[in-house]
Amino acid sequence: MSDNAGIKILICQGTGGISAGAKQVEAEFTRLIAEKGIVAQVGKRCDVVKTGCRGLCANDVLVDVITPELGRITYDFVVPEDVAAILDQHIVNNEVIEKKKAKAYYNTFVDQQMRVVMTGCGQIDPERLDAYLEEDGFKAIEKCVKEMKPAEVIDEVKKSGLRGRGGGGFPTGMKWSFCAASPGNHKYLICNADEGDPGAFMDRSILEGDPYCVIEGMMIAAYAIGCDAGYVYVRAEYPLAIDRLQKALDTCYEKGYLGKNIQGWGFDFDMRIKKGAGAFVCGEETALMASIEGERGMPRPRPPFPAVKGLWGFPTNINNVETFANVRHIINKGSAWYASLGTDTTKGTKIFAVTGKVKHTGLVEVPAGMSVRDVIYQVCGGIANNRKFKAVQAGGPSGGCIPAEVLDTPVDYDSLIKAGAMMGSGGLVVMDETTCMVDVARFFLSFTKMESCGKCVPCRIGLKAMLDILERITEGRGEMADIDTLLEMGATIKKASLCGLGQTAPNPILSTVKYFRHEYEAHIQDKRCPSNSCKELLLWQVVPEKCVKCGACLRACPSNAIKWEKGEVAELIKENCTKCKSCYDACRFMAIE
Amino acid sequence: MSNAPAEEIPAEEIDLTEANEIIDKYLTLPGNLMPVLQGIQDAYGFVPKPTIDLVAERLNVYPSQIYGVLTFYAQFHLKPRGKFIIRVCVGTACHVQGAERITETFFGRLGIGHAETTEDLRYTFEKVACLGACGMAPLAMVNDDTYGKMTVQKVDEIIETYNARPMK
Repeated sequence: MSDNAGIKILICQGTGGISAGAKQVEAEFTRLIAEKGIVAQVGKRCDVVKTGCRGLCANDVLVDVITPELGRITYDFVVPEDVAAILDQHIVNNEVIEKKKAKAYYNTFVDQQMRVVMTGCGQIDPERLDAYLEEDGFKAIEKCVKEMKPAEVIDEVKKSGLRGRGGGGFPTGMKWSFCAASPGNHKYLICNADEGDPGAFMDRSILEGDPYCVIEGMMIAAYAIGCDAGYVYVRAEYPLAIDRLQKALDTCYEKGYLGKNIQGWGFDFDMRIKKGAGAFVCGEETALMASIEGERGMPRPRPPFPAVKGLWGFPTNINNVETFANVRHIINKGSAWYASLGTDTTKGTKIFAVTGKVKHTGLVEVPAGMSVRDVIYQVCGGIANNRKFKAVQAGGPSGGCIPAEVLDTPVDYDSLIKAGAMMGSGGLVVMDETTCMVDVARFFLSFTKMESCGKCVPCRIGLKAMLDILERITEGRGEMADIDTLLEMGATIKKASLCGLGQTAPNPILSTVKYFRHEYEAHIQDKRCPSNSCKELLLWQVVPEKCVKCGACLRACPSNAIKWEKGEVAELIKENCTKCKSCYDACRFMAIE
Repeated sequence: MSNAPAEEIPAEEIDLTEANEIIDKYLTLPGNLMPVLQGIQDAYGFVPKPTIDLVAERLNVYPSQIYGVLTFYAQFHLKPRGKFIIRVCVGTACHVQGAERITETFFGRLGIGHAETTEDLRYTFEKVACLGACGMAPLAMVNDDTYGKMTVQKVDEIIETYNARPMK
């Protein structure tokens, strides 16, 4: 922060913050600062800054107040009614409002992380170029253009050990060198922001919180490879990210950071946004290019690889948002510094979106190589509602699950694959004893089946056939032979599919069968769901031995189907029950089966 | 993903001025078919058949190719949609937190299924895979308003709220 003498009020305005009412909080601050004459009262500048996502979306609206006297204090769950008190007590009288202050776990959540890519997110105003420039913005591209040859830039990225953050983990420097070696004067650069994995949202948060760092990363790549035009392919479901990135691009054009002869350095680069239209398969690079060209987003076989023949037939280099966001730090701080973070095979940090049954859901950035256990228990506070941990699903629909016995797996590309999951986009969905693994497998498969583009048979027909089997099992009509059929089909689909969607779609099934075969067997042989989750196999009754007579089920039931008196075991009245399962989720003792 | 054929709406009922303006805007852009269709979708709320013929003629592509694109992407619709678009997230985090219960309650209350519209054109219901606010799972959206940590009771509250809103 450059201006230490003033007071800064940082208000988190990512998608999470805005849905929690951040805009109203900001308006209230602005209104009251003027109305109360706060600036005159304290005799200092008082800036209200809207920032991107801080990572702990479950506690929004987060407000940081930075004053010379008290330093930085975080308040969480702020609503407009709290604003007057924060101004009067904290800013005028220099007293922290203890009961609104974020609890100790917030600091743990923040301190356990290592913010490299997300340094700007939650610190700066994503819509102000000056804020980015104050944080050494565009210094890295300037250094590249003025002091380094393109080949030296690629070398630096190679030496840093950066690998593709879209999930595949291909060495970024090597990818750049392929495209740089392709003949031709006209080359394209594409940033893949089609973050379709359900349960991952780090790319969106980077674009919303620090769009300039992605633009700078792309400029550096363009200089190194020799691209003159770039596209950012963003999911249509991310209107705020598109909006902020568009503003950033417009500002860059206006201030001469994009276009012809950038800043007089003799380097040209043009960029535009391309909006996706709601197809998961468009995250696959060849499908993505077809989509930019205005076709159906269908993958095509490789080779020819995009580096040789990509968009409109020209050499093309495609990287993920998070990959580009890493680049400026490598150039600014040197490849040796970057390579000193992480493990032997995975360098730097990785952002994970931790969701599901964990106490503190949100985005965490940790050095590669931290164990999955530490991410869940140290950073995110462990499992919510004192329930037992069952598994964590890593890598979305292409990944697999990690059960308790391999929870000490470090988060790097190779260890996760060895454990039967994968880094993927970095979504970690935590599951407790009430989550049924067969149902989770069914869920991912229904997603990939729906999103399959239909071009190749193994994926189009195979996923449908597997899904039919899984649905039968979850409805209690499975047979023991089904498990072997699933394994066999899964192996075939992985081998025979055209693109990454089909090649990885069976993973959730294969890994749940590997680690949780007993759950499949219980569904098939005993016709019951051990997690009390699959609707068709529930008995809809209270287990008196397990019931602690707390009445939580009564409060959750929307249809008067629970009879409960204080000090009595609850009773479920089947006539009124709509089978919505609200009571199952409310009961902490699994006393309804 | 598939859409039924659009119902025949007489061409004279549709004002093509806006569609023409959108086409003008992107006329020289390479790969302009998608931005044009997205513009039309935004302007009309769906892609009416007369605009498809217009785009085919002005961009010099076959209508079949346009239908290919329209039916491939989830974002395009060939039928008019409701004034209030209810989207329930069924991404991983929401699924684990019980999104299915929310979708089924909406189905029961509104009498329409996924991607369907009520007859009075008040509501369209859609399941979507991940709106990216997993910290607030399960999540629902009505047009641009987000409702986090959904429960069955909240479904009724939402429907009550929007039933009271005027259609104009």
